Amino acid sequence: MAGMIGSPVKRKEDPRLITGNGYFTDDIKLPGMLYGTFLRSPHAHAVIKRIDASKARAFPGVAAVFTAAELADKMKAVPAMWFLPGCELKPKDRPALAADKVRYVGETIAFVVAKDRYVAKDALDLIEVDYEVLSAAVQQEQAMQEGAPQLFDDVPGNLALLWKAGEIPDEVFEQAEVVIKERFYNQRVVPNPMETRAAVAQYNPGGGEMTIWCTSQNPHIHRMIYADVLGIPESKLRIIAPDVGGGFGSKIATYSEEAVVACAARELKCPVKWVEERKEHFQATTHGRDEVIEVELAGKTDGTLTALRVKNTANLGAYLSTFGAGCPTIDFGLMVTGAYKIPQAAVVTYGVYTNTTPTDAYRGAGKPEATYQIERAIDLFADKIGMDPVEVRRINFVPKEAFPYGNAMGVTYDSGDYHLTLDKALEMLDYQALREEQEELRAQGRLVGIGFSTYVELCGFGPSAVAGAIGFQGGVWENSTVRVHPSGKVTVFTGTSPHGQGTATSFSQVVAEKLGIPIEDIELVHSDTQSVSMGWGTYGSRATAVGGAAVSIAADRVVEKAKKIAAHELETTVEEIDFTAGIFRVKGDPDRQRTFQEIAKSANFAWNLPPGVEPSLEGQSFFDPANFVYPFGTHICVVEVDAQTGEVFLMRYIAVDDVGRVINPLLAEGQVHGGIAQGVGQALWEGAVYDENGQLLSGTFMDYTMPKARFFPMIESAFTETLSPVNPLGAKGVGETGTTAAPPAVVNAVMDALKPFGVKNLDMPLTPQKVWRAIQNGREKQ
Amino acid sequence: MAKKVEVSVTVNGKAYSAEVEPRMLLVHFLRETLNLTGTHIGCDTSQCGACTVMVNGEAVKSCTMLAVQAAGCQVTTVEGLGEVGNLHPIQQSFWEKHGLQCGFCTPGVMIASIGLLQQNPNPSEEEIRDALEGVICRCTGYQFIVEAVKHAAQLMAVDETETGNALQIGEGR
Repeated sequence: MAGMIGSPVKRKEDPRLITGNGYFTDDIKLPGMLYGTFLRSPHAHAVIKRIDASKARAFPGVAAVFTAAELADKMKAVPAMWFLPGCELKPKDRPALAADKVRYVGETIAFVVAKDRYVAKDALDLIEVDYEVLSAAVQQEQAMQEGAPQLFDDVPGNLALLWKAGEIPDEVFEQAEVVIKERFYNQRVVPNPMETRAAVAQYNPGGGEMTIWCTSQNPHIHRMIYADVLGIPESKLRIIAPDVGGGFGSKIATYSEEAVVACAARELKCPVKWVEERKEHFQATTHGRDEVIEVELAGKTDGTLTALRVKNTANLGAYLSTFGAGCPTIDFGLMVTGAYKIPQAAVVTYGVYTNTTPTDAYRGAGKPEATYQIERAIDLFADKIGMDPVEVRRINFVPKEAFPYGNAMGVTYDSGDYHLTLDKALEMLDYQALREEQEELRAQGRLVGIGFSTYVELCGFGPSAVAGAIGFQGGVWENSTVRVHPSGKVTVFTGTSPHGQGTATSFSQVVAEKLGIPIEDIELVHSDTQSVSMGWGTYGSRATAVGGAAVSIAADRVVEKAKKIAAHELETTVEEIDFTAGIFRVKGDPDRQRTFQEIAKSANFAWNLPPGVEPSLEGQSFFDPANFVYPFGTHICVVEVDAQTGEVFLMRYIAVDDVGRVINPLLAEGQVHGGIAQGVGQALWEGAVYDENGQLLSGTFMDYTMPKARFFPMIESAFTETLSPVNPLGAKGVGETGTTAAPPAVVNAVMDALKPFGVKNLDMPLTPQKVWRAIQNGREKQ
Repeated sequence: MAKKVEVSVTVNGKAYSAEVEPRMLLVHFLRETLNLTGTHIGCDTSQCGACTVMVNGEAVKSCTMLAVQAAGCQVTTVEGLGEVGNLHPIQQSFWEKHGLQCGFCTPGVMIASIGLLQQNPNPSEEEIRDALEGVICRCTGYQFIVEAVKHAAQLMAVDETETGNALQIGEGR
């Protein structure tokens, strides 16, 4: 079907989800299935002196209680998979269950398996554990200080990694006309997909096959890691991610709980289910961000930026999580110069173990932090030299003609036109008029602010050789098979693993356009390691740019083979065949034709194939991209601050994003909205707060402010399309634009609003109390 | 373990009777006893609203009610709203306006929206946003949910002129 790419098609996923026919992990019910629940540490740092589970084991309805002792020779600890070279990385695996020491509140100690979840919870209360409580290292800078509590004997100073890229001598900053020095704390946030983690495991003691249904963004990565952890060959381990209720990075990681559930199913010879409660999710599923970022930005009074030096002290939590080493280093460090041609840049990252929940990728993973520091620093720079922040951005933008552009950190931006999105956003805003209005309102005592974020981010990881060079223990290519059945209906297999993105729709659009068949004739299969030969999953905005590209190429290969068969049947050559809108025609003789469906039947029946052509009609692609892709855009936020309460109200939010080719504008806009809500959430409300003992104070939805509908105005969204040369679709990535762009746009707007009080910087989240205090301090100084 | 008690309840127009523990939550009764897994559990503190169902015509968080408290009640879950080919206007609108992404919160959000539209058949954007206070969606940023609810209000207004009964749910739809 021509025109499918770029069309706002309604989602194929929805009919099942809106009628209650979704199939999430907790919906699975197997014969004889037992229910498990974990005993978790109430202390951030403690020695386990004794565990006595005898009363729990004797409780009616309990099948088993597992502690570290029972699992010692049954499974291994769960390792990370990003071993960054050249940074003295000291990886610490997640123990199956804590044996002699616990290192964060929520760490698993025992697993109770019972006939139902109520009985399991009853029994949990009967387990006795004696702890010797140790003082905790919570904040990363404090954890590095001498005398701080040590998590591991062989990790002095709790320093898990020290990564350096580039070097700039002090003289550059000493001699610069203008220097901005600032410390930004990119606070810890909790991913909180609405479906928590869950797993169901079923083991066949006869054949040794294990199936784990779990909430995964990347089932093949889960298979690879858990095969090793459980000692089951990959060929006998099947991972299925059924419907998955959001991930935002938190379901990339491989955790110990899912593996313990599988181990229990193997030991008990019956299926076991575990579903994380929300309180557990807060404590036990990876958190995002938590980076102290110190910036030195040098430039000239004419607005030109000349050098950037950044130090990131990142809190990795108690163990090294799956992608944990990569987020504050590669993902962050390579993008610190943002959309600007800053000739010199250097980054140093300290990765620190603390007595907190491990951190890992969270929607954007490193790029939001990189964007935050440069976009905030640019505003401070503009303020210092008395220039409009828009003007400073314009002066320093990488110009359109400079692409492909190698930035100071050594990565090559594929394509871009940064003025394009800025111009469009300013037009939507009516900038000059708004500045005038702002002055008038200020005169009336109303605090209105305008904030900008002209971001660029790195996503769609590739090629795999680069992944290898940076220590990622896997590939980053993607796989697709397009299988044409005898009827002409099509099944598309993808190694990506959607969990809300609408990939079944967007990939079907690509195939419908390529094969000239109705979208209803296409079904997408994903998220099952037994159906899909291999793949690397959905994260890092890679699904369309890498997975969609593989689908596109596989569909092209179907057409290529189908053309040979059509030419044979029509007694002509392949060169003489024209294929449009699902019909193969002989050029110059359009009445001689075959439909796609006719060729599908011919290929599968194989009664009369041309010499050298094998039966069936399938195209397959293993696409390894030549580069990353670099979406960009301009977000503008307009806020009003209530001077009496410190509350921040969003008046307008404009997002002009350039994500390359847009496959489905409806879905793309949905991604933008959701990302912005999360980004604004970080800017204004969200934050995982620990006390000095390592207790998570904001550990439920009562204490952790999730964005609600009434917090937002209608977001004004638009796209420009600057195609990527990296993949045949010209697509970039859209999933992480909002969380990347929004935090600095919002904070820049609030700082602009607070300008009359001389407020230069406040750390996120900009809660009413924090803003109110800043206003009071400003008033006192005046 | 407390003695089990018998609960009789009508769900989606069908009468059910079962022996349950007095402490069993309504949401577990629906999901595990009746196998109506369309209603989801997203938190343990009654904040997220993924478990919202209709009890005697009112939107209620089924994680905050015991199964025994629903005895004798009429309950409507997402499964009772409508089915493919005969969708309820709220389902139709969520589909058309892209009001869902992962779909996990959606059943509860749709039922909460019906609760609003029963009280206020023509809500403003602000009224819709306020009425969604009891639900959390992490995917959509709520904008297309707001548009879906607006659209549903329009569809229901048309429906009402035609049938005189736009909000009847659980029976016949």
